[in-house]
Amino acid sequence: MRLAIAGMGWVTPLGTGVDSVWERLIQGEEAPATTIAEQFADRVYSVFRVPESALKGISHPRLRRASAISRFAAAAGLQALEFAGLKLESQNPERIAVIFAISNGGVTYTKRFYHEIVGTGAQAASPLLFPETVFNAPASHLAAILGVTGATYTLVGDGAVGLTAITMAEELMANDALDYCLVVGTEEIDWVLCDAYRRWRLLRMAPPIEPFSKQNLGMILSEGAGAIVFARKGFATIERAHPGGYFGRRAEAEKILKRILCDVGQTEIDFVISSANGTFVDQAESQALQEVVPNTLAYTGKPALGESVGAAGLWQIILAAQALHSKELPPVLYADQSVPLRLPLSRTPIPRARRAIVLSCGLNQQAAGLRMAIE
Amino acid sequence: MAREDRQVSTNNPARVAVTAAGVISPLGFGLPETLDSLRNARDCVTPVMRFSVTQCRCKTAGQVSDSRLLASHPQIPRSGRLHRVSHMMIQALQELMTQQPEFEPELTVVGTTSGGMSYGERYYRSLNGAGDLRHAPTWIANYPAQKPVIDAQTAFGISAPCQVIANACASGANAIGHAFECVRSGRYRRVLAGGYDALAEMVFVGFDSLQASTPEKCRPFDRHRSGMVLGEGAAVFGLENLDLARKRGAPVLAEIIGYGISTDNFHITQPEPSGIGARQAMERALESARISAADVDYVNAHGTATVFNDTTEGKAISALFNGVPVSSTKSMMGHSLGAAGAIEAAVCLLALQHQFLPANINFTTADDDVYLNIVANEARPAAVSIALSNSFGFGGTNASLIMRKLEA
Repeated sequence: MRLAIAGMGWVTPLGTGVDSVWERLIQGEEAPATTIAEQFADRVYSVFRVPESALKGISHPRLRRASAISRFAAAAGLQALEFAGLKLESQNPERIAVIFAISNGGVTYTKRFYHEIVGTGAQAASPLLFPETVFNAPASHLAAILGVTGATYTLVGDGAVGLTAITMAEELMANDALDYCLVVGTEEIDWVLCDAYRRWRLLRMAPPIEPFSKQNLGMILSEGAGAIVFARKGFATIERAHPGGYFGRRAEAEKILKRILCDVGQTEIDFVISSANGTFVDQAESQALQEVVPNTLAYTGKPALGESVGAAGLWQIILAAQALHSKELPPVLYADQSVPLRLPLSRTPIPRARRAIVLSCGLNQQAAGLRMAIE
Repeated sequence: MAREDRQVSTNNPARVAVTAAGVISPLGFGLPETLDSLRNARDCVTPVMRFSVTQCRCKTAGQVSDSRLLASHPQIPRSGRLHRVSHMMIQALQELMTQQPEFEPELTVVGTTSGGMSYGERYYRSLNGAGDLRHAPTWIANYPAQKPVIDAQTAFGISAPCQVIANACASGANAIGHAFECVRSGRYRRVLAGGYDALAEMVFVGFDSLQASTPEKCRPFDRHRSGMVLGEGAAVFGLENLDLARKRGAPVLAEIIGYGISTDNFHITQPEPSGIGARQAMERALESARISAADVDYVNAHGTATVFNDTTEGKAISALFNGVPVSSTKSMMGHSLGAAGAIEAAVCLLALQHQFLPANINFTTADDDVYLNIVANEARPAAVSIALSNSFGFGGTNASLIMRKLEA
């Protein structure tokens, strides 16, 4: 069965709303970097954050004490429903499924909750914070706001989890009992994540993200949410969602990416939305792309938007849908021009584009891909 | 045949067999030990020594022995670095693979709430000045929630893509339920499903802060119940298209026939008081199984022993079923959160295979507000053809699974 995209919502450090973010990407703009300081040391990290002003107008009793990740998700989810023209009160709440894709979850509240235990003891633990540390808290809040009473799932994983969620949406929508599936990818930043990725040698201390560089200088973390309403009719379709796979070692990533590309690339492809982010991912993707879909345009939005991990897959799908719809690709920023890939280094028209691949290689061993088409 | 080429049918769904299973919990390592504990209604809740509980109301949990667990897989490369929850998954999968060495899943769906959480705790404590950070990269690499299933698959050369569901305490049941639907629809022939979670200080203290856990014995559905105790473990199941399983001569342990999911939206930690969410999940499972409530011989309740859960679940069960035997096996092993739905599915499997009703221990006095036929304190022989298992979680997520004994 083919999933059709009926609506999209986007909350990013570069702006909020699909058209607004897309216009800025097309103009070659990038999100402004801010800094975040470590609590126990002097280290300062560069990050791409969503400004508080971006969430104005999003209010609901369930969001009063909710973490940033829940508020990003609610904002993106509501945008996607509005885009699709869906008024939930007129729909049967059992006939809409909600799937969340998350990687690190509500890390700020989790850290704060545990910090009180470490610092003061178990008696200081906050019963208000604890529920917000649970992975499915953001999904629960959005389901409550929308009044959804059917299936609600939260999937956890790495940067590829957004695409895994699309496979699950396909599986759920195979059942005629569902009319719509709202898929949301969301993530929030905290200094503790920056420290963890730094220790894992995946983080760059200051922008830019230089995609496909042989030096693997690292990525900059980002936050926000992406949401897509899937239906049986819409302006673009997911023709093939590869269920993905995992690699044991980083050196093996290329192999699984080739397998995915071979599976979803069995027809003419106009461009690929890559997940290149300045880490080991880039070389693996570059090799796989060169071998399986040589001479196909490859775009990555991560230099402009940052690495949003759990939200990244949804952002890539939104990028692909927008590029297919508007028939142009934004410029890849800070790219190594010597890389043997066809990168759109400036705003690039693609007037005949019909099909795209979205390829996602996570930082924790998971990879996935899909093929999207527009009529 | 490529996956997308397969016939997906909702009118003539495939039947779904359980062809292999593996479990590890405070009740024991593997199905035979688990069966022995269940038949003897053994209380496997013990004092917590893993971290300090001096400031907590609750001091106990159902726990898996490290000395036995960590010594179980010396052949696995760098096994010393893996989180203990990875070892639990490896142990459960090893039991499954011993039964069905040729089992090759096309998809894996598992549930968890916290993965390698205690490694995250160690990392944070060390950052906070209490320890050595030399091992931080190992902790960080083994902390993610999806890591244990990847470790287990790697140990047995399985390369199936993984969906890791984190629907709080319903995760394990949701994972098996979704896997069931994937096979039933014809989209997949073989799916590995299950759940895992290990005890972690943060989660333990969290439930304690909510006053959801008890300083006393865990007494589900008892008038004097005062809360839950936590547990840990893992369970996995090999789900297969029944016709294909029979064709290849695979033993069929049971059939999964129904799955229901609902979201009740009432409160992030409390169930909707009327029990509507729980009731919808059970009704949808019965509808999915195309059976009536009267066909169900045993209900393995979510039964956390909190006042709210047991009242609402009790109301929902008594509204739907007329005197069906009910027990919460959490009374014996604690609540293993993301693993609970999977471990309790293994309990149902054993009840179907060995024709008995597992006990709800520590039960002394019936609750005047909850009219249930509790299997009190002792397991008892019974004809059990169909069993229903409930799992409900934070966020108002509810899941019910139905399994059937399959005659040879």
